[in-house]
Amino acid sequence: MAEFLQLFVNGLAVGCIYGLVALGFVLIYKAGEVVNFAQGELVMLGAFVAFTFVVQFGLNYWVGLALAIVVMATFGGLLEMIVVRRIIGQPQFSTVMLTIGFGVVMRSGAAMVWGPETRSLPTPFDAATFRFGGVVLSAVYLSILATTAILGLILFGFFRFSRIGIAMQAASQNQLAAYCMGIPVKRVLSGVWALSAAVATIAGVMLAPINLIDTNLGAVGLKAFAAAVIGGFGSIPGAVLGGILIGLIDLFSGVYLPQGFKDIASYIVLLIVLVVRPQGLFGSVGRKKV
Amino acid sequence: MTILQARELAIRFGGIKAVDGITFDVAEGEIFTIIGPNGAGKTTIFNLISRIYDASGGRLLFEGIDITRVPPHEIAGRGIARTFQNVELFEHATLLQNLLLGQHAHRQTRLWEELLFLPGVRSSERKIRRRVEEVIDFLDLQRYRDATVHDLPYGVRKIIELARALCTRPKLILLDEPSSGLNVEETEDLSFWIRDIRDDLGITVVMVEHDLSLVNDVSDRVMAVNSGRLLTIGSPATVQSHPDVVKAYLGG
Amino acid sequence: MRFIFKTRYDQDIGLFPHRGTVFWYSLLSVALVAAPFLIAPYYVGELSFLFIWSLAGLSLMVLAGYAGLISIGHAAFLGIGAYVHVYLIHRGVPFLPAMLSAGATAAAAGVVIGVPAIRMRGLYLAIATLAFSAIVQEVFVRWEALTGGSRGVAVPKPQFFGWSLEGEVGFYYLCLSVLVVCILAILNLLRASTGRAWIAIRDSEIAAQSMGVNLAGYKTLAFAVSAFLAGLAGALFAHKVGYLTPDIFTPILSIQLLMLVMVGGVGSIHGAIFGAIFLVLLPTVIALLRDYLPAGIAQQPALEPGIYGVILVLMVLLEPLGINGLWRKIKFFFWQFPMYKSATFKRQKTYMRTERLR
Repeated sequence: MAEFLQLFVNGLAVGCIYGLVALGFVLIYKAGEVVNFAQGELVMLGAFVAFTFVVQFGLNYWVGLALAIVVMATFGGLLEMIVVRRIIGQPQFSTVMLTIGFGVVMRSGAAMVWGPETRSLPTPFDAATFRFGGVVLSAVYLSILATTAILGLILFGFFRFSRIGIAMQAASQNQLAAYCMGIPVKRVLSGVWALSAAVATIAGVMLAPINLIDTNLGAVGLKAFAAAVIGGFGSIPGAVLGGILIGLIDLFSGVYLPQGFKDIASYIVLLIVLVVRPQGLFGSVGRKKV
Repeated sequence: MTILQARELAIRFGGIKAVDGITFDVAEGEIFTIIGPNGAGKTTIFNLISRIYDASGGRLLFEGIDITRVPPHEIAGRGIARTFQNVELFEHATLLQNLLLGQHAHRQTRLWEELLFLPGVRSSERKIRRRVEEVIDFLDLQRYRDATVHDLPYGVRKIIELARALCTRPKLILLDEPSSGLNVEETEDLSFWIRDIRDDLGITVVMVEHDLSLVNDVSDRVMAVNSGRLLTIGSPATVQSHPDVVKAYLGG
Repeated sequence: MRFIFKTRYDQDIGLFPHRGTVFWYSLLSVALVAAPFLIAPYYVGELSFLFIWSLAGLSLMVLAGYAGLISIGHAAFLGIGAYVHVYLIHRGVPFLPAMLSAGATAAAAGVVIGVPAIRMRGLYLAIATLAFSAIVQEVFVRWEALTGGSRGVAVPKPQFFGWSLEGEVGFYYLCLSVLVVCILAILNLLRASTGRAWIAIRDSEIAAQSMGVNLAGYKTLAFAVSAFLAGLAGALFAHKVGYLTPDIFTPILSIQLLMLVMVGGVGSIHGAIFGAIFLVLLPTVIALLRDYLPAGIAQQPALEPGIYGVILVLMVLLEPLGINGLWRKIKFFFWQFPMYKSATFKRQKTYMRTERLR
């Protein structure tokens, strides 16, 4: 029983990270209907940048983290302004290829700048652990849970209740109309990409103690994809819940299923969800009116 | 002889009854127009006949056969064609390809025959092309044959919609607001074409229209609907003087 | 300027619109058939590779360019074709039946992913294919009896009735013939009802349905045909590389295929060929480039994928119609000379509209 609970808690923590990365996807999708296949690479870059500030420059953890968030947010905004903006209105195939393309560029760039060795990022939570009746909860995991909960709530409220959030959703559904309503569509889009990059950085920094930092960190993107789909592309609570589900599936399948299933269990669940309920848990189905 | 019958046709979207128990008959060879304010359910009726939506109640009979649950892609084969209110053409294909596709329901070639492009396929292609050329002649579309639809003006695209529907060799054609976006001259051409479709090609026409002069010009019978319910059916003059219709649609 | 004056329907139905095209394609055929006798064996081998890539590109072009179904996991079909083919060859099955069975197995896999795909919109389909590809790659590693697992399996030279195709020349003609047959088959499909139905599905599903196109049937067919071609390409690919391991058929390979289609020009068979040429030439060009770059950058192993990515991004931004689009613009320029207007192909400013409802 204790083992089950332990697995559950670990899965929950890993799932929260997937959820945060999935949040990044969903943000960009909600704003511009672009699926950012390079989200995993943004996570990786965020982790590397944080590593540079905290380890290579020797700054305080929190200061380094804040700086990394600022740098990555700027990067995300610039990426949108320079690259993504030009393909607005093009068919989906083009945007898919574009994001895949700059994902590859980001990964190669990281390999060239930071080299192929794995790095580690020391956190202020490293040592502390708590015990709850046989279940070990490290402070790292607790911080992951707390951050995800807070971020999820803030972003959900932002999109549901704030003017900018609603404006972002409007811009994603019909840009021309949004322009006519006075929404500064371009600035809104840059803002969303900046936000998404910031969330990715936080996810990367939280993933670092678990997975260590190297150029393969972006592989988390694919699992997060599955999470976003299961939760319903376009739903923020869905992304987080989907992530948690994937995290739990990951950990439980690693222990209870035969070897080799761990990696693909999430994908099988993804395919099942896509067939049975393509809009995911919280998404909505739309149909063109003719 | 009745070609189309709707009995208590109904559909609801959530709590909204878009079509609420509508019953009507369309006789073969007549031009039957549906009028009503926006949101009355006119296009929804068409979508029900084309089987894009599933009816939640009632029955539809075409040539005596119940088509209420028929799969959508079989409708064209049975002889019902339609045009769409917001032009649904194949934007990146040429006009010719759009029209050739209209013949899809009547194709006789099989996959493996096409792979090898047997002589049967070639003669079948020629036959299809000949039919399509007849429609092109009928609607004067020769100069746009090889143009990509994407680049053509709106008025022309509406006519291509009509042409494509005609290429399916229908017995019944559903025209959804055919004159919207057309100027006076084009609307006049349209009224000639609609009558020619009925007289020369023997196709029954069911139309949704807002342009009352066109309605009066071509229709045999008119049906007025409002909020998903039937108001009245009759000759154009009778319907337009009906008090309910005047109140709901035509104004004092 | 050339204006095609049409007097018979056959000019539209046939493969060649006018005599000029017939002349150029005949010239090309002669050149290709004579090539092995005129150039060094290394280049003959490279041309075989080109043909294999063209076939793989053709398979994805049929799916993505003509039917409008994006697949980010096509490497899976290549892999299935390769492994099944090699498995059958090791069991003594003759070459041609083995290759056709490999194609058929890949086609079956295509149907497996195609049937659920019917209900998914473009984006979700792409994700599903990605997941499918990841699963298939894992299966390659685990199913040792079929694939030899991570150790891999050696691929013998192709054999026909006891004759072994040892040299580059024989293999070259094999690949060329397979490619030509497949291109002709696809061209035939595209100028008949099936091809038109695919284009209809790509542009407007609702209208296609109203015209009598069975969406489910044609989408599944597109997957089956595409996967079949990919399976054939995989079989030839296996012979070319000589040794199969699961880490050949990675998502990177799928992305390279997508790049082939994108850079070549979506929606045309020429595009598949141009894209293949690009993909085969690129490593050579990068290798040359390394001599000119400062030492720090040139020696990085990550340079190659980096350049792939940059080219992909530039292509999407600057020339979304790919090399084929560029080729047609250049031809158009010369036809219209000196009246060519540079604004002819200027893209209209487009605004984004939601694609969630189609």
